[in-house]
Amino acid sequence: MLPDWPRRYRSGQHVDVRLTADDGYQAERSYSIASAPEDEHLVLTVERLDDGEVSPYLVDVLQPGDELELRGPIGGYFVWEESMGGPLVLIGGGSGIVPLRSMLRHWVNTSRTVPVRLLYSARSLGDLIYPDELRGYADSYEQVEVSFALTREWPEGWSGHTGRIDRPLLERLAGSPDDRPNIYICGPTGFVEAAAQWLVAIGHPPERIRTERFGPSGT
Amino acid sequence: MSPVSRGFTPKRRPTGEPSRLPPGQYWTTDFPVLSAGPTPHTPLDEWSFMIDGVVENPVSWPWQEFLALPAETIETDIHCVTKWSKQETSWKGVSLDTLLAGVDTSAEYITAWSDGGYTTNLALEDVTDGKAWVAYEYGGEPLEPEHGGPARLLVPHLYFWKSAKWVRGLTLTADDEPGFWENYGYHNHGDPWLEQRYQGD
Repeated sequence: MLPDWPRRYRSGQHVDVRLTADDGYQAERSYSIASAPEDEHLVLTVERLDDGEVSPYLVDVLQPGDELELRGPIGGYFVWEESMGGPLVLIGGGSGIVPLRSMLRHWVNTSRTVPVRLLYSARSLGDLIYPDELRGYADSYEQVEVSFALTREWPEGWSGHTGRIDRPLLERLAGSPDDRPNIYICGPTGFVEAAAQWLVAIGHPPERIRTERFGPSGT
Repeated sequence: MSPVSRGFTPKRRPTGEPSRLPPGQYWTTDFPVLSAGPTPHTPLDEWSFMIDGVVENPVSWPWQEFLALPAETIETDIHCVTKWSKQETSWKGVSLDTLLAGVDTSAEYITAWSDGGYTTNLALEDVTDGKAWVAYEYGGEPLEPEHGGPARLLVPHLYFWKSAKWVRGLTLTADDEPGFWENYGYHNHGDPWLEQRYQGD
């Protein structure tokens, strides 16, 4: 959580974080903004990668009061603002939920008119980020539908989707192409490729499908 | 000046020749994929490569004719604006010098355009004299769709968003007209050695 962030940003944008060692060596990585523009603080959600150079520092070492060098906000395409309308379809895999959470919070903070459907795929229940917050939105707002898909492990009696996402799941989620939904997909490459191809095959125009790929590269 | 990050003691430093790694980059051994929308899949019998714009006679090559053009093998490092660099990638493709050889133009810029609507702008001097190719093989294999196949632009001396995936043509222009990412705040030129990532760098 970063106080005193002076800049305006839009949901879906990211910032660059730069670390500097005492000998001047620098490492820099991009992280999606998890908070909404109306929130009091700028929040970045960082997935700790064991062999990472920056994320273990941010998760294990960084303390409140430490100085952190940021650049941004960056990116102007994978962005949703209230004025862009909907229906809004958000599809996240793993830590790809982070910019989508910002969009959903932005929706909650503004007029809450367009329907929102979120599909969030993770390996197991324990791997979900913000599950309670996301469920809470679905409970509080009629227009919000949240579904979780678990790919590796799921509890007994789990009523959500199990295994990888598939075309029937996306057909239900995204609704009819005639509704012209704004679709945002974020996650590892394989996940994004699969979801985007199915949505195109179902008939959604490619220009309504915005993608962002990340997580450990090459997955 | 950047503040020193308290407690930041990186264990690994970039390996390989430091002189080959532009500022702010790190070496990766895999090949990350980044793109703004779905991967297009244009059938090869509908594919052609076109040069138009400020030219006397626009030219166009269907896929088979394109493959018949003199090709070169390119070994090069590549640098993505998202900070990864990859060493010694191997490509096969047609030099823009070859493609532009018969083209008479007063233009000083090009807009490369792609299936899916992507565009990027380049100065003609940044893509001539052995600096740019239209590549259709990577590592000895046909270029995979997610990496830009059937063919992508390859301009390795600039950040890799200039190397437009799924490229279908070059439009020669008198003026420099910002492309897709250039309109979204990325640098107009994108020289990794000058760290020209974003507008204002």
